[in-house]
Amino acid sequence: MPGILSFMNQEAIVVKNLIKRYKKATVNAVDDISFSVNDGEFFAFLGPNGAGKTTAISILTTTLSKTSGDVRIAGFDINTHNNDVRKNIGIIFQNPSLDLNLTAEENIRFHAVLYGLYPFYPVFGMMPKAYKDKVAELAEIIGIGKDMNKPVKTFSGGTKRKLEILRSLIHNPRILFLDEPTTGLDPASRKNLWQYLKEIREKNKTTVFLTTHYLEEAEGADNVVILNYGKIVAQGTPKKIKDSLVKKYVALQTEKPEALRNELQTFNKEFTQEGNTLTVYIQNGGEEVQNLIKRIQSPLIDIDVHLPTLEEAYLEIITPKEASNE
Amino acid sequence: MNNINTILTIAFRDVIKFLRDRTRIIASLIFPILFVGVLGTSLQSSLGNASGKDLLTFTFLGVIAQTLFQSTASGIISLIEDRENDFSQEMFVSPTSRYSILLGKVLGESIVSFIQLIGVVIFGIIIGVKLTLASIVVLIPVGIFICLFGGAFGILILANLSSQRAANQIFPFIMLPQLFLAGVFAPVNNLPLPLMVLSRIAPLTYAVDLIRGMYYGGKIEGLDIINTPVTNIVIIAVLFALFLVIGTYLFVRNEKNR
Repeated sequence: MPGILSFMNQEAIVVKNLIKRYKKATVNAVDDISFSVNDGEFFAFLGPNGAGKTTAISILTTTLSKTSGDVRIAGFDINTHNNDVRKNIGIIFQNPSLDLNLTAEENIRFHAVLYGLYPFYPVFGMMPKAYKDKVAELAEIIGIGKDMNKPVKTFSGGTKRKLEILRSLIHNPRILFLDEPTTGLDPASRKNLWQYLKEIREKNKTTVFLTTHYLEEAEGADNVVILNYGKIVAQGTPKKIKDSLVKKYVALQTEKPEALRNELQTFNKEFTQEGNTLTVYIQNGGEEVQNLIKRIQSPLIDIDVHLPTLEEAYLEIITPKEASNE
Repeated sequence: MNNINTILTIAFRDVIKFLRDRTRIIASLIFPILFVGVLGTSLQSSLGNASGKDLLTFTFLGVIAQTLFQSTASGIISLIEDRENDFSQEMFVSPTSRYSILLGKVLGESIVSFIQLIGVVIFGIIIGVKLTLASIVVLIPVGIFICLFGGAFGILILANLSSQRAANQIFPFIMLPQLFLAGVFAPVNNLPLPLMVLSRIAPLTYAVDLIRGMYYGGKIEGLDIINTPVTNIVIIAVLFALFLVIGTYLFVRNEKNR
């Protein structure tokens, strides 16, 4: 038995041939998807609205039943070991799940009691010391100090999100599900939040399962799955997805396009011209660009190296072919 | 043990939420006070005085039963609203049984109904409802019983509704007719057959009748009472068990099977 468990511990999430068709629906919301996420991995689950992301995440987090397929979370089957799955996951929902009329401390207390960490007492003063210490620690991390006893509705959006994340971590989940965690936050709060999530990942080795529409947030992921119309349309590391789809190029601007043009022709490089700008396609990264620039004699006004982003790859994948013909 | 903690947590949350929501507290008092103060008093001064019956107390008792029943039921139904954008998402993904969640909700909303009732009772005493300490002592356990009944009824309704919008549209259709059929304001002993049937189907009827029966000490005073308290207790207990079991079963099933 221990042997089996340690074998299963390698994979935090295993999804095989998962299908979900809602009642009365004519198409599958999630249509036969398979993927797995390793322990400690940062995994990004992407796709346009209505692609089936939330459906899939609801199934993975045990709030929605599947139509068919196999799902194991933290080694537990979601059908037969509902509660074991729940104990091992933390979730940040798309919609805020804080109770705005309760104080920050009460929100944390209720969560902790629901997860069986402490017995329940109606007054903070009566709670066990271990709990009080934990709250003091969390207050320090979020930087809200005494505001811990203020209703959550008085907090800023960023602070609320942070509080939710902290709350979801107090039962030490192995896997943290983040369903569009930064939607509606300003850029500074977003950056701050990601910094914080990074620290958590490094410290706790928590597996992170992220869905987001901000594709730059997924650039750092170990693996990405892109979903469209309920099907997986791309998967792999962000680099692999980008390499297979988007061309890298360097755009050179010059006042003497003819001279540059002749030069480039002798280099035997693939390029296009548009007025004063010549775009040279490259296969590899920075070194190739450096070598190219070294050899160019013509005076250049501007150099723009374009390395693909996940966003471009994503758009290329999910945009219908007719529309992408420019 | 863990289940008890869960139930207490969920119940306590409902109570705190209610106590911090001033608008809701005031709103919860308006209808009962309107019913007792305006309807009860006017019935008394027109019909009651003429017939020599205490219609104010009659109405007051009906309103108490109705308030406890309805407020607990509608509190349970708020789970739908919560399910989509509130702390309840948290409850449903936490490792606690769905039964604990529902029981916690029933307990919490029952306490909330009782708190609402304090205001109504004080108002009743002020305008001259005959309430002695002894009758209040009798009414408390009856009230708890009715709350649980309303809670079970709420679960049954909840289990069959899919969205908050559906709840908002359907709930008045379920509660309003009961208000009249159950005899909250007017006796329902002698009704034409169709109404009689409907009246006896409405669960609230038995709650209203029970509270009056207990208040009048089991004596049937002409128009006032349909069944003896014992009969009502048996009927309510059976309905409670049915609503609770069927409702919980359907809720737990429908919650995931969408």
